[in-house]
Amino acid sequence: MRAKRKQRLYAILGLVALAAIAVGLTLYALRSNINLFFSPVQIAEGQAPLERSIRAGGMVKAGSVARDPDSLDVAFTVTDYVEDLEVRYSGILPDLFREGQGVVVVGELQPAGWLRADKVLAKHDENYMPPEVAQALEDAGYAPEDYQDKAAEMRQRLEAED
Amino acid sequence: MWAFLHKLGSPKEFYAITARWLTPLWLAAVALILAGGVWGLAFAPADYQQGNSFRIIYVHVPAAFLAQSIFVAMAAAGLVFMVWKIKLADMAAAMMAPLGAGMTFVALFSGAVWGVPTWGTWWQWDARLTSMLILFFLYIGVIALRGAFVSREGGARAASVLAMVGVINIPIIKFSVDWWYTLHQPASFSITEKPAMPAEMWLPLLLMVLGFYAFFIAVTLTRTRSEILRRESSKRWVRALVEEGR
Repeated sequence: MRAKRKQRLYAILGLVALAAIAVGLTLYALRSNINLFFSPVQIAEGQAPLERSIRAGGMVKAGSVARDPDSLDVAFTVTDYVEDLEVRYSGILPDLFREGQGVVVVGELQPAGWLRADKVLAKHDENYMPPEVAQALEDAGYAPEDYQDKAAEMRQRLEAED
Repeated sequence: MWAFLHKLGSPKEFYAITARWLTPLWLAAVALILAGGVWGLAFAPADYQQGNSFRIIYVHVPAAFLAQSIFVAMAAAGLVFMVWKIKLADMAAAMMAPLGAGMTFVALFSGAVWGVPTWGTWWQWDARLTSMLILFFLYIGVIALRGAFVSREGGARAASVLAMVGVINIPIIKFSVDWWYTLHQPASFSITEKPAMPAEMWLPLLLMVLGFYAFFIAVTLTRTRSEILRRESSKRWVRALVEEGR
């Protein structure tokens, strides 16, 4: 009886381990397709197709937002702190859109290297705080380190693949 | 310890022992959820960027925690059932599945409602959102698979195997926001790390999370006890209980 239980336990653990390996390999093979968006590093390396609808994401670079006073046109730079991408958009931006905030833009990459956006989604970070605290922290200015690390890692990987 | 667990494995003993746990568990669940809910929805400060829509976190995060924890609990019960052939574990697993599916739905739905004002979209095929949707389908699959078999034993085995294999999705959900670029932000609140918000925001969230867990345990115990009576209805001890008028 004891031996039988052990056998069943090993059979189940083996099954789960095999399934985990299968899923792990699949996700590894699809790793770049699972990313929701291209980062400026990937675009600079020529990973994103031209003139096809793609998603690009990163932080809105501080001081880069330029609005046309006569229309809804707006231009801004999306950065992953390694590379920059210029985005032009015409339309209403989400409430959370602001400099230093993460965004995902949907649009077509132009041959000249900028992106014509059809849609701008705001990404927000994991930090929440009351307005007073935010006010106090405003001058400090934080760099989301996690984001930067991921971009640096992506750059390394792309270079290793070349 | 082992002796106590062994005792708990018998439906009759389990029924007798857990009778004392029900009231405290239900009271704790109601008290924690009420306190956390009122505190979080009415008294906690609003977020500096999102304003009041941030308060969805007080439902979204506990529901998402439970959705994943219940799946792990169901898989663990499946393992106990398959290896040690303890029927009670299977009863508990069967009773947990609908609550887990419901919690996954609540997490997905509250996330979509939250996504509209913050992200500007209610759905994106983002790794976190998609893996959570897969979890929902896994729950539905476990429930449907159990029902698809004529024999109870066959259904129980199939559901256990699917739950155990499906548990692979849980680390994928958890780490999706770290492994890939996603629209969903990384975790704000976890057991291991300092919360990414001040105490007056995370304390009510903690109460809600604990309340949801108490609710889950209370629901599972209550439903498992009914299931014991249903499955063991021909046993002498159950008949004796019925005759007592209880």
